[in-house]
This record gives sequence, C-alpha cells and structure tokens, in this order.
Amino acid sequence: MNKLTTAGVSLLLLGSLAACGGGASGSTDGPPKAGGTLRLAITSDAGCVDPQQTTSNDAIYVSRQLVDSLTDQDPVTGKIVPWLATSWDIADGGKSYTFHLRKGATFSDNTPVDAQAVKENFDNVRNLGAKAALATSYLSGYAGTTVVDPLTAKVTFSKPNAQFLQATSTFSLGLVAKASIAKTSDQRCTGGVIGSGPFVFQSYQPNQQVVLAKRPGYNWGSSLWKRPGAAYLDKIVYSIVPESGVRTGSLQSGQLDAIASVGPQDEPTLRSAGIHIQARPNPGVVFALSANHARPLTGDPVVRQAISAAINRQEVVDTVYTKETKPATSILASTTPDYLNLGAQLKFDAAKAASLLDAAGWKLGPDKIRAKNGVQLQLVTVWFPNLGTNQPALELIQQQLKAAGIGLTLQQRQISQLTAVLKSGNFDLSWGNTTRADPDLLRTSFSTALNNYYKISSPQLETLLQKQAAQIDPAARQQLVAQAQTLIIQQADVIPVVELTTVIGVSPKVHQLNFEASSRLQLHDTWISA
Amino acid sequence: MIRYLLRRLLQAVFVLWAAYTVSFAILYLLPGDPLEAMATAGGENPVDPAQLAALRHEYGFDQPIIVQYAQGLAHAATGNLGKSVSTGTPVTTMIVQALPQTLQLTSFALLLALVFGVALALAATLARRRWLSQFLLSLPGVGVSIPTFWVGLVLVQIVSFRLRLLPALGNDGFASVILPAITLAIPLGAQIAQVLAKSLQVELAEAYVETAKAKGAGPVRVQLGHALRNAAVPALTVSGLVIGQLLAGSVVVETVFSRDGVGRITAMAVASQNIPLVQGVVLFGALAYVLASLLVDLVNPVLDPRIVRAPARLTGATG
Repeated sequence: MNKLTTAGVSLLLLGSLAACGGGASGSTDGPPKAGGTLRLAITSDAGCVDPQQTTSNDAIYVSRQLVDSLTDQDPVTGKIVPWLATSWDIADGGKSYTFHLRKGATFSDNTPVDAQAVKENFDNVRNLGAKAALATSYLSGYAGTTVVDPLTAKVTFSKPNAQFLQATSTFSLGLVAKASIAKTSDQRCTGGVIGSGPFVFQSYQPNQQVVLAKRPGYNWGSSLWKRPGAAYLDKIVYSIVPESGVRTGSLQSGQLDAIASVGPQDEPTLRSAGIHIQARPNPGVVFALSANHARPLTGDPVVRQAISAAINRQEVVDTVYTKETKPATSILASTTPDYLNLGAQLKFDAAKAASLLDAAGWKLGPDKIRAKNGVQLQLVTVWFPNLGTNQPALELIQQQLKAAGIGLTLQQRQISQLTAVLKSGNFDLSWGNTTRADPDLLRTSFSTALNNYYKISSPQLETLLQKQAAQIDPAARQQLVAQAQTLIIQQADVIPVVELTTVIGVSPKVHQLNFEASSRLQLHDTWISA
Repeated sequence: MIRYLLRRLLQAVFVLWAAYTVSFAILYLLPGDPLEAMATAGGENPVDPAQLAALRHEYGFDQPIIVQYAQGLAHAATGNLGKSVSTGTPVTTMIVQALPQTLQLTSFALLLALVFGVALALAATLARRRWLSQFLLSLPGVGVSIPTFWVGLVLVQIVSFRLRLLPALGNDGFASVILPAITLAIPLGAQIAQVLAKSLQVELAEAYVETAKAKGAGPVRVQLGHALRNAAVPALTVSGLVIGQLLAGSVVVETVFSRDGVGRITAMAVASQNIPLVQGVVLFGALAYVLASLLVDLVNPVLDPRIVRAPARLTGATG
C-alpha cells in the first residue's frame, strides 16, 4: 500500500509543481529569539521515548532532547568535548575512565547529577539487556563504577575499551534520574524518562504526538552549543505522520515547521516552495554489499574485487537517492571520525572487472552470465525493507553487474529475520548499513571474535581491529583505523556503495535546527523567527 | 426467541475461537521473530543471541507452540491479550485507548454513508427522467471502485493543502474528523445506495405498490411509506456487514490522515510483526463483527416479522 500511496502523491504533486515556481527565499538569521513552538513531523511511533533503550531515528529525535550526556561529540571534527563532565582522565591503557562532573547540574526532579547517578545509570544498563542493545554493547567488558567523590566517577573495564569515550557522548548513555532507573523498562518506554536535558517530557499520545517543554532554570549544557543555558523553544510538538506526501504538503501549507525523512521524490517540490533542505550523511558503515566469505563464489577475492569495480556508484546515487547523497568513498561514511578517502579505489571500471574475471577463468556463457567449471557466477543477495531506496538501488546494481557478466538473485527478507538470515549463512551478499560516529563499528561488524556473520577470516584485519579498540591515543588509533579501511577495500571484504544520508525539510523561519555527530537532531539552539 | 439468542451467542463464541486459532496459526507459521525486529534497530544491528534468548523467555516465546496457544487462549478468554512486543503495554489497554478515536471516525462515516446512500437511492428511483435516474444509479459503482487512499490524498491535497480549510493530520477535534470520515464513507455509502436502489426497484414492481397507488398514494408516499420499509431489510443487512469494511477502511484512512485508532495500530502491528497486538486486533475485529451481525439479526425481525422463523439465513458468522 505504501508504495502505491507514494506513487499517488507523486502524481498529485506533479500538478502542484507547475503551480509554484519561484526560488528559495533567503532568510537572514539575525539575533536568536526565544519562545514559540516547533512543530516537527516524524514518520513513525516507535512506542518508546527512553534514550537508553531506543534505536529508532524518530524516537532519538525526541529522546535526545531529554537527556544530557557526559560528553559531546563535535560533528565537524569528531572530537569529544565537555558536557556534563568538564574533563576526564583515561588510565590503565584504556581500562579506566575518570569523569569530573560539573557542579550544579540537576535532573528535572531536582535530584543532583552526581557520581552516584553515573554509577546507577551504567550499573543498570545491563539489566535492560537486549532492550538496550546499543548501550550494552558500548559497555562491553564493564567492571563497575566507583564514586570517588560526589563529582568524580571512575568507570573501569576488564579490558581496554577505546570506543567508550565516544559512547559517553551518545543518547544511549545519556543520564536519567534515579526515579526513572527504578521503573521497569516498559514504564520508561511509554511514560518518558526524567533527564537533565534542556527539555522535559510533557505528553505522549500514541500514533499522534509527543510534546516536550523547555526546562526553565537549565543553566549548563554542551560546550558545542551557541550559548549554555535554557533552550530558545518553549515547546516542541512532534507529530507522527507516516505518509511522505502528507508530511510534504503539511510543511508547504504551513501546518508544520519541519519534517523528517524527505524522500527523493519530494525534494524538488519542497525546494521550489522555498523550504530549506538540510542533509548530512550518517556516520558509520555505509550501505554496502557484505560478502559471505564462507561461500565458494564470494569467498574468492577476485570475484569480490570484480563486483566492486563493476558497480557504478555515481549512477546509483543519481538514479535512486536524494541529490544530497554521496557515493561511498570508503567502508566508513565521510562523517565518521578517522574516515579515510579511498574513492580512487572505488571508481567504476568495467574494463578492470572484465579483465579480473577473464584472468581468473570466468567465461561468458550464452545467457550473458559468466561461468567457470560449470558453475555460474550467480550470487544470492539478501536485503531487508527498512528503507524505500533499498529495492531500486539493488535492482540498478543488479543491472550494472549483469553488464559485467555477474548475476544477482535478489531475495527480500523480513526485518524480523535479520539475525536469523545472517546466522544461517544462506546468502552470498547482504545489503545493509550501520550508524555510529565511531570507527569501532568496524570491529563490532567484522571482527572474527564477535558474531562474524560474514565469516571474514583475515588475521591481519583482526589484529588491526583489536588494536584500534585498545588504542587510546587518537593519532595512533586513526592510523590503525586507516589501515583497516585500506585492507577492507583492497580485499573487497565488504563492497561499499552509498552513504545513507539523513534529509530533513525545514521552513525558512526555523533557524539552527542542527544535526549532532550521529546525524540525529539536537534542538537546544533551534529558534523560530516571527 | 431465547433459543434463537442462545444459538446466536454460541455461534459468536465459535467465531471468536476460530479467529484466535486461525490468526495464531498464521502468525506463528510466518518466518521471523518480532522481538528480533525490535532489538535489531529496525534491521541495522544484529543482536546478541544470548540477550535475545532472555527476551524470548520474558515474553514466553521460548515455550512449545501448543503451550503458548493454550495459555494465550486461556488468557484471551479473560480479556488478557498479552502485551505489545514493542512497548510492553497490555494489548487490551492499547485497543481500549485507541477505540474512541476509531468509533468517532467510523460512526460519523457510517452516518454519512447512510444519509447519502439512502438519499441517493431514493433520488434515483424517484427521478422522473430516465437519463437522470440512470446517471444517479451509476454513481455508486464509481464510489465503490475508487481506492480509499486515493480519495483521502486528493481530499487532503485540495481541502487542506490548497484551500487550507481543514487540518490534514491528527485527532484534534471535530474539524479533524471530517475529511477522514468522508473518505471512509464514500465506498460504504455507495454500497448502501446500490443495494437499496436495487431492492426499491424490486419492491416498486410488487402488487402491494399497485394497490397503494390505486388507493391514491402519491409517489413519495408510496416510496417512503410502503416500499422503503420492505426494501430496507437487505440494505440494513449490508450495513451490518460493513462494520468489517469500516474497520478495514480505518487502517488506510487513519494512516493517510495520521490519526490514532485501531486501524493505525493494526497497520503498525502488522508491519512490525507484533504478534500479540495483531492477534488482539483480529479478535477485536471478530468481536465487532459478531456484535454487529447479532444486532442486525435482532432488528430485522422487527422490520419483517417473517424473518425470525427462518433459520439464521442472515448471519454474518461465516466472515
């Protein structure tokens, strides 16, 4: 139904396109003004407004505003900077992190944000288990937290944990008050949490809206913000609007001030109506074809390299994705800290693909698919319908590879089967991405010590991944991450294709609606002009 | 009459049991695991199998299927439909909370459908000019065949986005229910008009109508005072059956108009393979259906006393 509806809307919008010409109206920022309500549309009701549990983008847009984190991450440099912690010391080669908290910060129930609160939060994350999958994975090897004094908390791990510092900047490890910790995971989901953030939870109507209100008296904040202290907006009303055409029309007609998840089909309409389109690539592992190394065809590096050379990434971007999307230039997206540009090795090169396969003895058969020793070069490719662009992108890649004599059999699987499908190993290639603003994602995705769904067996890569996980010197870690990226691209262990890009539409009267480091929204600095 | 009621009640219980059993079988035969869908961040991060096992245990999904079935059925009989996989909220609570929104929408839609459906049928059969009558009779066919979501999107586009008369989204007061109700009412009204016009035509050809005319009754009196009462029985039966269609239509309409309600919950539950919630709405739908056809069966004998003698020929229990 969804696809049909989108088609219907596109048809309708074709009509309205002709009606509204004119370019974007340039808005001057001017001095920020306090007050007003931001009406923001999100696409789904994840049913959970607890930052420590949620993983849905829409829910993160809401819950990020409720909590402060120990640190913040600069979206431009990737650097970790002070927020609730004014400074920190890393000792024991990354096994111990001591945070020095700022004075005077309180949760919205007036209890203090102190070392005891840090300890209770981290101790409790493990009790949430699979419901807090991100937070638990950030705390892997957690040995405990010691309250050194009311404003000093020492977190220790059983082995070096370099990614932990970045993890403290995420919503997943945002701090909540004791009153919220005492609640069950279900109660926290629907009842909201008490945080120390610039906004407080006001109301939640399932499938309709979530309302947050400014917290008066908030006078601290992240060192990244334009000014510390209370937020400009009095209220944020998140409307849950599943239909993209209705989001677009409501924004154009002034019923909304900003909308999440702008589709490629709606982008031109919005632009021509003077709506600002803001976009940022999601950091992390880009949308890629992950090869199953345990299968005879994709276990062969030559086949994988040929696939990589035969994909025209720019054409995939131009045909399927929003204008703001960029082709992948590494296994990591360009917004990930320690990203290394390897774009030169990911260029479309049909001649290279052909010569690699010819040299390896893959001969074109009568059906235009190559074969060797009676085995066809036909690859089972699984994908999951978590984004509307997945199918058209894969169908185009299928055509591109067909031109090189490589056949793809596309098999759609349900999201609820993800782990089962990956565990079964019944696939040659799998299409997907993962968002996180830390390169340790390479280890959690591809290390042989963890689930290793793609059966990668490269001791060299494994060494690099383990070393970066334990390396707390930023420059040395960057080196290791660069080497790991180079190795993955050279061996075509994974075949990167495009960077997932978050695109939002914003009315010209809304200012400073900003992306944080993971390309989710941070609304502290946001203000509305009359 | 009491025997008749008892038999209908037994049938109702059977329908509910069958709805539970069939939906259970289908949902548990489907591949995939709803808990996993939730824990993997909508398909991004594969989840640790040990944590997943703990979650499955918490929801009782690690028990043998037959035990899950028996327990679920026993709980359902007491009104406990389990809890939603994605939020942990009891399914009964979710449906009860969403129900008023859907009732508001569907009852207004049903009212619109009845008023316009009956008016159209009467106008078509009363029309003196043949072309006008033909034109009016062709309208229901169009109304039945245009897709609901398309009507909804066109209405939103024109009335809300262009003319800015009514809101495009939400459950905010009466203004927000007008467009969704019209969208939902069109196919229903068309159906009622179709059936009523047809049976009016049949009744108007009956001998008693000739008698009435011979006694000097005018066309309006013949229609409203004589034929309509008899023609209403099939139309009323259809109205009872449209309860199912109203619920199905609310899935589309509530999504297009971003409203909360039972339909929206259904769409969400199916999309995320939220088994307890899907079963809850299936049972709820069956219950609504059973109650509606029971009501129709009780009203019909009042309109036409011959009906109660006939063995339950108007039940909707097979649906």
